[in-house]
Parts: sequence; C-alpha cells; structure tokens
Amino acid sequence: MARIVLSDEFGRQFAGGQTHFDLDVRDVRHLVRTLDEMFPGIGEQLEAGAIAIDNEIIPDPWLNPIQPDSEVFFLPAIKGG
Amino acid sequence: MAGYEGKEFKWIGTRPVRPDGVDKVTGRATYGADMNLPGQLTGRILRSPHAHAKILSIDTSKAAKLKGVKAVITGKDFPDMHNGVLPGDEGVNFHYLSCNIMAWNKVLYDGHAVAAVAATSAAIAEEALALIDVKYEVLPHVIDVDESLKPGAPLLHDDIFTTGVTPKPDKPSNVVQRVQMQLGDPDAAFKDADIVIERTFKSKAVHQGYIEPHAVVAEWSEDGQCRIWCSSQGHFMVRTLTARLLKMEVAQIRVMPAEIGGGFGGKTIIFIEPTAVLLARKAERPVRIVMSRDEVFRGTGPAPGTSIDVKIGAKKDGTLVAATGEFRYQAGAFPGSPVGAACMAAFGPYALTHVRAVGYEAVTNRPLCYSYRAPGAPLASFAVESIIDEIAQKLNLDPLELRIKNGSKEGTQMVYGPKLKAVGNLECLKAIQNHPINKIPLGPNQGRGLAAGFWFNLGGQSSAVVNIAEDGTATIMTGSPDIGGSRASMALMAAEVLGIDYTKVRPIVGDTAAVGFCEITHGSRVTFATGMAIIQAAEDVVLQCRQRVAKMWEVDVDAVKWEDGHALPAGANAGDQKPLSLAQIAAKAARTGGPLVGSAAINAGGAGPAFGVHICDVEVDPETGHVTVLRYVAAQDAGKAIHPSYVEGQIQGGVAQGVGWALNEEYIYGADGRLQNSGFLDYRIPVASDLPMIDAIILEVPNPGHPFGVRGVGEVPIVPPLGAIANAVARATGVRMVDLPLTPPKILAAIDAKK
Amino acid sequence: MSKFHISTTVNGEAVEYLCDPRQTLLDVLRDELNLTGSKEGCSSGDCGACSVTLDGRLVCSCLVLGVEVQGRAVETIESMASDEKLHPLQQKFLEAAALQCGFCTPGFLVAAKALLEKNPNPTESEARYWLAGNLCRCTGYDKIIRAVLETAADMRGSK
Repeated sequence: MARIVLSDEFGRQFAGGQTHFDLDVRDVRHLVRTLDEMFPGIGEQLEAGAIAIDNEIIPDPWLNPIQPDSEVFFLPAIKGG
Repeated sequence: MAGYEGKEFKWIGTRPVRPDGVDKVTGRATYGADMNLPGQLTGRILRSPHAHAKILSIDTSKAAKLKGVKAVITGKDFPDMHNGVLPGDEGVNFHYLSCNIMAWNKVLYDGHAVAAVAATSAAIAEEALALIDVKYEVLPHVIDVDESLKPGAPLLHDDIFTTGVTPKPDKPSNVVQRVQMQLGDPDAAFKDADIVIERTFKSKAVHQGYIEPHAVVAEWSEDGQCRIWCSSQGHFMVRTLTARLLKMEVAQIRVMPAEIGGGFGGKTIIFIEPTAVLLARKAERPVRIVMSRDEVFRGTGPAPGTSIDVKIGAKKDGTLVAATGEFRYQAGAFPGSPVGAACMAAFGPYALTHVRAVGYEAVTNRPLCYSYRAPGAPLASFAVESIIDEIAQKLNLDPLELRIKNGSKEGTQMVYGPKLKAVGNLECLKAIQNHPINKIPLGPNQGRGLAAGFWFNLGGQSSAVVNIAEDGTATIMTGSPDIGGSRASMALMAAEVLGIDYTKVRPIVGDTAAVGFCEITHGSRVTFATGMAIIQAAEDVVLQCRQRVAKMWEVDVDAVKWEDGHALPAGANAGDQKPLSLAQIAAKAARTGGPLVGSAAINAGGAGPAFGVHICDVEVDPETGHVTVLRYVAAQDAGKAIHPSYVEGQIQGGVAQGVGWALNEEYIYGADGRLQNSGFLDYRIPVASDLPMIDAIILEVPNPGHPFGVRGVGEVPIVPPLGAIANAVARATGVRMVDLPLTPPKILAAIDAKK
Repeated sequence: MSKFHISTTVNGEAVEYLCDPRQTLLDVLRDELNLTGSKEGCSSGDCGACSVTLDGRLVCSCLVLGVEVQGRAVETIESMASDEKLHPLQQKFLEAAALQCGFCTPGFLVAAKALLEKNPNPTESEARYWLAGNLCRCTGYDKIIRAVLETAADMRGSK
C-alpha cells in the first residue's frame, strides 16, 4: 500500500483532520479519483497543486505510476521566476 | 539515456563566446519594440487613476472620431470570461486574467487598463486617450496585507471564499487561502529549547526591474489568423493564453519570439498581447504596443510585500529543536501570490524534525502579484536567516558552524514531505568557510553577514529539434526563450553529444509554428529540461547516423559505435572500416534514408533542488544610515555548470537584485492608493557604483536526474542576499532590522533609538 | 503640428528627416532612421539604454529632441564596429560574458567607449561611477566592469 500524505489544510478541510493514508493505487489519476470518492470535491483542489512521488516533484502528474512502497505528498502549485 | 558519469567532457564546462552575441553587441538583435511592419499603428492603453472604483461608463466616441485613430477598445470588446466559463485546463483563471488585461466593470489598482487605442502616431494615440471619458465611482481601497486580512476590509471580489480553513466560509473575503505544512510537533518541542527567538518581519512590494518594457506587435489577416512578435519568457504561453482569452484556436496564432530584455518572472504571463491583437483586428493594420516605464511599474506583475512571523528554538550548543513561521503575503488585485512556495522553501537549508509553516494570501488594490525569481522564497529566507543569525549571536556561536551543524543534506526531510536526494548545501557552507574573506579584518561600523538559501527548481515540457545540414553542420532549435545565455548552453550540450565543434552548432529559438511546445522559461528549468530535450534529440541523430553507417557497412547497428563525432567499428567483427565523420554521413543522407533530423518532446522530471550560501561585508555610515556593500561572496551548487561564465552571471545578477531588494527597492503608495515612484529615479535599483565585484563560486554536486548532472541556477542566487545583507547590517550596527528595505532613514532611526 | 526638416550627421553620414518637435532623438533614431540599436528603457534619462554621443559628448538620446541635432554629429552603437571588425570593447564583452539579455549592452558600450576616450586608464571606482548612469538588471555589473578595465589595459598595451 502506498503512503499518501495530504497537506494539513486539505486534511482539515476535507478529511476530518486526517492527512496520512495507506492506499492501493496504480497511478496519480487513480489516486486522485480514489481520494475524490472518499472526500467529494477534493479532486479538483488536488489537481490544482503539485505532487511529489518518492522524493521527486512531478510536473503534470496523471499517469505516473505509484508503487506499493511509494510515498506521495500533495504540494501547493509552484511557479518559477 | 546514455550515462555520462565520469566522462571527460570536451565542451561542457568551457566558456566560448555565445552564438547570439555579435548581434547583441552591435545593436542588431531584434527585441519586441524593434519590430516594424509596413502600415504599423501605435497602440496606447488608458489606465485607471484610482486604486479601487466601479466603472460606471466609458465613452470612447470622441477618441474614435480623432483623425488618425483607427481603433478603440474597452473590456467589453473582449470575449466574456466573467460568468463561470473557464476554457482550457492550463491552471489559469481566465476571468481574472481577462479582467487584469482590461477591466470589466471595476478597476482594482492604480494603473489597471480600462481602454486602448491604435493610431497613426504616438502623439495622436496619446491625444485619443485623453478624449476617452471614463466615469468612476471611487470605492475604499486596501493596500497592506495585514489590513486586507482583517474582517471588514474593503472587498475586492465577491467570489473569493478562503480555501484551507474550516469551517468553509459562507461569505467572500480578501483572504484567498491558508496553507499549512508541518513535521513533528514544534509547539511541544520548543519546551526543549534553551533559547527561543521570535520576531515579525515586513517587506514592501518590489518590481523585477527588467530594463526592457513589455512590447508586442500584432498582425491580423482576413482568414482569422494572427501573428504576434513579442518579448516574453514563453511564446507558447503567449499563444495559448491569447487564444483562450480571444476564443481563437491555438494554431491560428503564431508567436515569434523576439529577443527579450530581461524578465525574471515578470514576463511569464501576458499583459498587452490580446489588446494588440484586438486593436489590429479592428484597425485592419498591424499594431505595436510598447509599455512606458511608468506603465511597467503600475501595470505589470511585481513581487508581493509581506508580513512574516518566525520563531526558532535552539539548544545551547546550537542544535535547532523547533521552528515555526507564519507567512502573510499580498496578492495584488487577483489571487496568485507564491505563499505556498514560501512555506516550502523557508526552512529548506535546515534539517528540522519539528517545524511548521503556515501561509496566508490576501488580495489588495495593487497590480497583480507575479513571479520574481524564486517566487516566495527570498522574503521567507530573510526572516529565517535573520533569526538563525540572532541565535548564533546570542549563543556566541559561529553562524557558519551553526548552519553546518543543522544543515540539510541527502536524506533530510523537507517540511513539505519529500526527502532530499544528493544536494550541495554543506559543500557551499564549507566553500564559504574556507574563503579568504573570513581573514579580512573588519573596521568600525562594519559587519559581516551570512545566509543560506534553497530553491526547488522545476522541470516540465520542452521540445527540441536537431537538423544536420549536408556539410555536417547542425542547426538546433528549441522553443525556450533565451533570457540569460541559454543558447550557448544548448549548443555546448549538442556539440558534446554529437561530437562536433561548438562553432558548427547554430542554436535557434523557434517560433510556435516551427518547433514543439516549450513551457515558459522559468523555474530555472531551461538548461535542465530544454537541455535534456536537446541531448535526447542529439542522441537521436547519433543513433540514426549509426543506423545509416550500419547499412553502408552492411553490419548490425550494434557493430557501429559513435566517438568524437565519428562512426567507428565497435569491434573486429564490424570489419576494417575507416571512421566516418558526421559530415561524411550527412553528405550521403539522401541515399541512406533521407534527411538527418533528431527530435525530442519531453515532460522532464528529476529537477534537482539547489542551495546557495552567501557572505558579505558592509559598512554603515552612523551619520546617514547609508549602507555600503564592501565585499560579496556567493557559493552555489550548480550540479554541473554547462557554461560557467553564464552560471556566474546568474549568481551575480541574482545577488545584485537581492541587494537592491534589501537596501533600496520598494513600491511607495500614497494614502490615495496611487503609486508614487513609478520610475527608475525614485524606484532605485542598484547601479554600478553601488556594488563591489561579486565573487561567484560554483560547486558541482551532480543532479542524478540529468544526464550531465545539471541543476537549475537562475533563481537560487536571489534567495540568500536579503538575509546576508540584513545580518551584516545587524553585526555592523548592533541593531536587528526587520523591515525591508533597509533605507538610510530607517537605519539611522534604529541606530539613534539604540543610543 | 507641422514637422521640421532636420539635416544632421549620424554615424559619419549626412542624413535628413522630418520630425514632430515632440519627438526625441531616440524616437527619431529608432522610428525614422531605423537605427534600433539604441533602446528605450525609461524615457526619463535614468537607465542609459538610449546612450549615444552628441558632438562627442555622452548623452541620453531620450533627453535630446530630434530637432536639437540640426547640423550636429550623432554617433550610435551602430558605428562602433568598423571594417568588418568589432571594437575591442565589443569583443571583450563577448569573451568576458559581460551581457546576458543584452538590452543594456549598446548603452554600456557607447558609454564605456566615451569613458576610455576621455580616460584610458580608469580605476575600478572611476569606471563604476562613470557607468552609474547605465542600468543593468541581469549581470550585477561585475563582468561589465571587468571587461571595461581589461579592454582599457589591452588598448593601452597595444599602443
């Protein structure tokens, strides 16, 4: 099961304060869908931000695979200058 | 991807003259305002003189009748983006973007565009603007972020409901979002501290200060296609956003990248391009719009002012035990302030088990806040580095040793979750520790300041094509605007992979019809991501060459290897063949399969975050409060410096901007909400006599995510200078300054108060 | 407003143009004479991107009117290279990577040339103060100053 970590404010806003989840998901798309089923409305918010999988920030995450021992963090959107 | 670890490079790391250089030193290079099309009209924009007002009516009839005026437009000429329809998924709110480019029914800042004209001369266009009659109902305004966060502040929008708070608000406010990230339990961990220091820091909005104002030429043709020449950090972005805003098909627009005179993030979004297109369509003639310097300050995208609380606790021996920060960032008239990145980057240089970063963003009646080199990080770093320095001072510890003791390294978990891979923080600290500046004795009123900084660096979408001509010379093309010398780096990387001389590689920035999509030039991504695309495209050419030669020698492709720009037999079984150069293979291209073209289109992951450590000496005049920067040294991990001179240039330029941010630069608003210093005389950026030589030290801890080990370098250098300067001033004066910029009157008042 | 007919010398050649009395010399150079090497950064004489020489004196062309140069001599960046060769300053700027976006570069080159013609052996401080009227946002001035000082040394050495 992959370790999924929501940001604190999403945890509070959507998941009753819980931020850490162990989920069986194939890729980012599957993960966001799964979370949106658990917490309706969170999907759109998550897609507006960024994701780090196994310590790497992924640009435009969607089909990126998530391994059973992966760690996934949801991050705010980052712009450069 | 072929591994290059341990390889001796022939071109990477050298310092040849950049391929686009001669045009730049002779004045031939064409920037946005240098383009002249036959029949071209001059466009000018009318801007609001009020910080916040309803637009009751706009009467353009007199202006339209003026001889020489060929088109007049207002917000109502733009397609309606204001009723919940948001086309595309580029992550852009088109309602806000459209409003910013031309006001819809409200003006939200002094300088907000309300109308535009196109005329046969600049003088006539200016006259026409004066004939446009706008009736406003002035509303109360709010400029300061802390004021805007309070309930009851004048409301800018009725559709902002704060995200990230519970319960979800049922009334709109100016508070866009709250973000939070945390490791461990800092509140409990503070109890273990022998010393806790807590302060509030404030800063003002600053501008990127690029010397070239925004400029665009737009041409419309009767079949609905349009061509745009403009200076931007991303002509594909210009194409996409202009198309979406004007409800055109993306491929109907062709954007030609002019040379760009600086951007630093301020040209990663559009301000005047759709306006020029609409004017050109209405006038049926090309239209050029060039912003004045006043318009650049009032009507583009400066970096936000902030109000920041930081609290850090440490043990007597300097071990940091806990840290918290609350980062309150202005957002200008529309949401988009980089407070999330601020929270992520603030504590980056430190390995902390118990840390929390909270961020708030509030809209204010100011121009749209936009990106400025490591957006969000410099001010967060200023606050954190100031507290770290004060802890070192109070514990009587060496500030550099304190940072080494607590320094982030491979495996350190960042407050936003992921752990760092191989990074160069400690290497930078050691480089500064060993620098001869430390031996220079300081005189009266002088102080030495130190600061570390961190930035993630980005990857993203890049495309590249490598075309081999019949004589073996190469034209390489990408879609990344060159804002700092990246064409030289592209050519070096292609030369290295192809194995040909750097002078035989001509790099081009292709327009949107000529090359595949490239994301904006931001996030220190070009040498990394577009470089990776170039490498892959060149490797594609090398593979094709091997395949052609395999056919010529009637062997398997595995029997052909590539070395130094030549195809060679990989072993005895390939037969006794003479090496074939790229030129020889290219000469036979038509007969062996056709043109030799390599291409790549990627979405690059694996960007390597980077660290910088700066140390500087300042002297503070006790009678005037004026700060002179005597010496400045900046060490930075570049992963692999493709062209070291341009890496040094990025470091030195970022330092200069940071020094200006720390000492002089600020947006000054009157009580009426109008900008008072919209020119280079009163918005004081550093000049040559303000700065010493800047010693840039490049460290190279390779980024495992890039074939040559490249890390982005453009943004890190602006992160430490604010803290380094403030810490040096604190050491020189004995007073901790917390309110940027550190102008002479403020320093003098602080020195006098201390007496 | 009717236009004025101006006869002047630009980069050693006699030129004539019509201009509105409100047009600056910078406007005229760029829009009437197609000499777009001089750049507009501020139009208020603060950034030096429009630097030219007028009768040998360094000026901001945005602070000179197009009608003011009747019968005088203007030199712009376009005249710096000659006989198919770059001026030593131009060559050194390239070798020393003393430019990044290049927008301020024409102004710096014109100003630096004027400096070296007046003072062939400037100190670092003299060079910095002479060039304080030219703004650069990309380089932090380090490589620009080094290029000017090295060129000065080269030009002294080759005499």
